[in-house]
Amino acid sequence: MDLLVETRSATMRFGDFTAVDGVDLSVRSGEVVGLLGANGAGKTTLIRMLLGLLLPTRGSVLLFGGAPSRSARRRVGYVPQTLGLYDDLTVAENWAFTAAAFGTAHPEVPESVSGSRRELVRDLSLGLQRRVAFALAFSHDPELLVLDEPTSGVGPLSSAQLWEDIRASAEQGTGVLVTTHNMEEAEQCDRLVVMAGGRVVAAGTLGQVIGDRHVVQVTCDDWRSAFAALDGDGFIVQVQGDQLRIPGSPARVEELFQRHHLLGKLAVVPANLEEAFVEIGASESRP
Amino acid sequence: MTWGLERATVTFGAKKALDDVTMRVSPGSVNVVIGGDGAGKSTLLRALVGLVRLSAGRSLRPSKRAFGYIPATAGLYVDLTVEENLAFVGQAYGVIGRDYLTRSEELLERIGLTEARTRLGGQLSGGMQRKLALAMALLHRPELMVLDEPTTGVDPASRAELWRLISGAAAKGAGVVAATTYVDEAHRGSMVLLMDQGRVITAGSPADIIAAVPGRVGAARGSDRPAGHSWRWGTSWRVWIPGGELPAGAQQVVPTFDDAVMVASMSNAKES
Repeated sequence: MDLLVETRSATMRFGDFTAVDGVDLSVRSGEVVGLLGANGAGKTTLIRMLLGLLLPTRGSVLLFGGAPSRSARRRVGYVPQTLGLYDDLTVAENWAFTAAAFGTAHPEVPESVSGSRRELVRDLSLGLQRRVAFALAFSHDPELLVLDEPTSGVGPLSSAQLWEDIRASAEQGTGVLVTTHNMEEAEQCDRLVVMAGGRVVAAGTLGQVIGDRHVVQVTCDDWRSAFAALDGDGFIVQVQGDQLRIPGSPARVEELFQRHHLLGKLAVVPANLEEAFVEIGASESRP
Repeated sequence: MTWGLERATVTFGAKKALDDVTMRVSPGSVNVVIGGDGAGKSTLLRALVGLVRLSAGRSLRPSKRAFGYIPATAGLYVDLTVEENLAFVGQAYGVIGRDYLTRSEELLERIGLTEARTRLGGQLSGGMQRKLALAMALLHRPELMVLDEPTTGVDPASRAELWRLISGAAAKGAGVVAATTYVDEAHRGSMVLLMDQGRVITAGSPADIIAAVPGRVGAARGSDRPAGHSWRWGTSWRVWIPGGELPAGAQQVVPTFDDAVMVASMSNAKES
């Protein structure tokens, strides 16, 4: 399997601030890698380094085995969250413009968006705009796709359609790097890389990132009283319907329930990705 | 008192932005409205707080003093400091004196902005801005909280903190209506409304919505699309058969909430 992206101890400093700190990241042909991290964790800076827009202060960044040159960048399809489309041009005009810029000969708008070829981009729904941006990014047969929150804001059907496009592309050998805050998207990736404070703090499959983290799940008749008691005692409680989920030891939760004469059924259940993410972030920010 | 909408319809020109929508918001309930761009989520919320005129049906809401609303964008003043933003809504809602001081300190502490109280709203990160907007909407302890995408673009750790505040308001008895585009946030609701093109296509608790899936849902491997209504999930496929047997190679699974959302969306698309 080809290594499309490989960074080794990649570091980016801006003055005193280290935005990216010794990051090892790889993306291989045919895999979908999810890059997660809080705002300011260094994801965007890392992507700018991969695209050759920033030179690392230290460490190395290889794109297709070489420096991220202009010619290497032509082999990358990038869809930012803002999509990078020309709102005032039609779909067909956007298409022609991109084909000319990349020097590719694609006379026809692809089938996936041909129904709206004569419409101005700004008149399309967000789901359709995203499909157009995808089609443009795919148009020069990129070997690497970099997608920022690819399905945020679109409905379930459009989202499924976009993921089908992403998977079809990966199955043909394209490597895909998805940056996202959306847990639904993260769960669809083959592998995840979690960044905090410029560093990689967890990596692996969904199961590996969650690891053996657990939360206490409480099912109770009166979640409101239980929430007030737990929250007042400093527990970080998340409510799911009439269930409460609490990181930490079941003994402490049980003790509190007894003290406040609350009734509830306690169970220790595996954490979900969001809970794991919060816990990883919290343990990283500790001095 | 129960708030909500009764057979509410909103028309913009020839377009029905909201089409015969009914929802009940009881005290202490968390109602999550999910849907994509153009589904009608914002219109529903705006109809509920009286910012758009209904062409049919009615909206039941408390007096303006008793609800809190955060629009999808902004919800704070970028040219005012954190503290000034809170003081402004305090004055507007008559939360003053000692009550204001206690309440604003408590909220600043909860959103982690105690140290940043003199920073301008516009200088805060997106997540911080959403937290401040939420604190502003909570300041006067509203009976009804109407939140338009309070967590969009916010990282998961901040999102968990925002939801902790929202759940806290519901635990104290506020009725909450929150719109989101993140399907995983539906689990936080006691009631979920899935919307498309101005209509509610399914509603109920997450468990009810899963239980309402007709037919069978299966999982299949391989790169070929299985026959039936199918969609990708990671490297595998999901397939839904409203009646009859699953296609060969598909293993029947217990539907997840994501599956139920897909099934409801596909049934809706089939009908319209």
